[in-house]
Amino acid sequence: MRFEGTSNYVATDDLKVAVNAAVLLRRPLLVKGEPGTGKTVLAHEIAKAVGAPLIEWHVKSTTKAQQGLYEYDAVARLRDGQLGDERVHDISNYIKKGKLWEAFTAPQLPVLLIDEIDKADIEFPNDLLQELDRMSFDVYETRERVEAKERPIVVITSNNEKELPDAFLRRCFFHYIKFPDRDTMQAIIDVHFPGIQKTLVSKAMDVFYEVREVPGLKKKPSTSELLDWLKLLLNEDMPLDVLQQKDPTKAIPPLHGALLKNEQDVMLFERLAFMARRQN
Amino acid sequence: MFFNFVDELRAAGIKASFKEHLVLLEALDKDVIEQTPEQFYYLSRSVFVKDEGLLDRFDQVFNKVFKGLLTNYGQNPVDIPEDWLKAVAEKFLTPEEMEAIKSLGSWEEIMETLKKRLEEQQKRHEGGNKWVGTGGTSPYGNDGYNPEGVRIGGESKHKRALKVWEKREFQNLDNTRELGTRNIKIALRRLRRFAREGSPDELDLEGTIEGTARQGWLDIRMRPERHNAVKLLLFLDVGGSMDPFIKLVEELFSAATSEFKNLEFFYFHNCLYEGVWKDNRRRWAERTNTWDILHKYGHDYKVVFVGDAAMSPYEITHPGGSVEHFNEEAGTTWLTRVAHVYPATVWINPVPEKQWSYSQSTKMIKELVGGSMFPLTLQGLDDAMRELTRKKH
Repeated sequence: MRFEGTSNYVATDDLKVAVNAAVLLRRPLLVKGEPGTGKTVLAHEIAKAVGAPLIEWHVKSTTKAQQGLYEYDAVARLRDGQLGDERVHDISNYIKKGKLWEAFTAPQLPVLLIDEIDKADIEFPNDLLQELDRMSFDVYETRERVEAKERPIVVITSNNEKELPDAFLRRCFFHYIKFPDRDTMQAIIDVHFPGIQKTLVSKAMDVFYEVREVPGLKKKPSTSELLDWLKLLLNEDMPLDVLQQKDPTKAIPPLHGALLKNEQDVMLFERLAFMARRQN
Repeated sequence: MFFNFVDELRAAGIKASFKEHLVLLEALDKDVIEQTPEQFYYLSRSVFVKDEGLLDRFDQVFNKVFKGLLTNYGQNPVDIPEDWLKAVAEKFLTPEEMEAIKSLGSWEEIMETLKKRLEEQQKRHEGGNKWVGTGGTSPYGNDGYNPEGVRIGGESKHKRALKVWEKREFQNLDNTRELGTRNIKIALRRLRRFAREGSPDELDLEGTIEGTARQGWLDIRMRPERHNAVKLLLFLDVGGSMDPFIKLVEELFSAATSEFKNLEFFYFHNCLYEGVWKDNRRRWAERTNTWDILHKYGHDYKVVFVGDAAMSPYEITHPGGSVEHFNEEAGTTWLTRVAHVYPATVWINPVPEKQWSYSQSTKMIKELVGGSMFPLTLQGLDDAMRELTRKKH
């Protein structure tokens, strides 16, 4: 069971080592990186590569750690008690399994993705420490212990909105997906657009890396944006010379909506273009 | 095994612990990696480094600890083909230099020496004074195998001349920041007072059970969610001498906005006068009268000033002392008013505490806020928050 990247995911050597370490030692893999560098996709690809089902837990600002274990629907039980429903005698009828429970008891070894863990409250990772470490937890209502027969493969992604506590980090393998260099980017594009015109790609990449170099951008475009943009360029049948023109007065690349996601950034480009026009 | 490595990592400020060390050994034991230096580097990196800001430091430590140890590890001994040597020489030598070398002896002899030197270089893997691979003067390329150097024979076995960790690709990410947002938030948490206010939108389970038991039918009780009820007024000094601290103040600000629901912030310049503003671009057009603030926000608000308090003493003591406009009333008057209306007032100063005594104005302002001036460090923030909680309105 070795992860070597897949037919539509380009994995660098260091990423492979980190993934394999996490898979073999069954410790959580924490993946960080700029938005759009393929953190979430990685979990999908690991699941595909090792042939395991994927259980996704998308964390939001309101998500509580307890929700990943289980939830006790007391209101439903109260209601059933009113109506004299038979189910009311068994409390386990009202226990809703969370994603962690699902992952621990899955018939086939799953990959559990805890997506964007930094979105939740600052204590969220701490609340999951024990559970992720021992891969077991107690259900107090039914006095039962849920224990993983086999430790699931856990992938955790973070966007760095909040820093994570040390104790939590100690238990993980860590990988920072660095922004791909040109060669890797070329490989990624080849995987996504087989048979795309080479010149178009190289021109588009020139523009793309130039845009990334512009100082003061709020949100630098990333891999997923480049892929979207290429798709658009292909769709629109953009003539090559539009990309080629080196006229600074038209500093905004064509179809920039796919690359620049922030109106301040678009304005920045407009200002640059304006300044270039004035200089001439 | 590798104890030295762990020690070095800790010395460099990477929080490597025994636990991580065991994980590394376990991974090696389970054959997670192939036995190559690169794979070992990747594995240990993913075990020990948990923050992309520390990656560069890790690369440096790795280089220091394993330099020379790993060079020939798991690879074939070097043999340098004759024609390749020639290619190198031709590539890097001007005709004149070629002549100069030829004067040293026959071509074969030279090549033999070069070959020896290269082999030696391979083993030592660092500069020195030999003429292959030293800085600049050598005809065989400038920096030899070192990071900035010409990679002699990139296509050959010498590809490994530049190790991955020597590239130091993560240099840009290294930030020796003192305060991360997480730490700031943890410090700000001291200032929490939970209360249930507002619209009832959460099920009150105990209340519901009690009500149901009392009535005999299902009686759903709702209650407002528990919120941090602390109210905060934040005054931020902008411009001029505050510029070096923008990053720090931004971090504090972003931590504060996510931590406190009842937070109002205003900007001022150097000292508080009759007007403050909320948008720096429209600071002259849209001003808020300081009196309005004092009237609008109740005594239970806690006030935090963030500023370096470095200015001319006249800006505090005299009417008309402001550098930007004519203020009718002195800064002292305004600061006293604020401190009077809001007993819980602190001043947070990004300037290191040691330097405070050199500035007259800092001492004056510290007095004006009742001595509650704290440095913008974790300890300082912690103390400031304690002070705010202590001073009940």
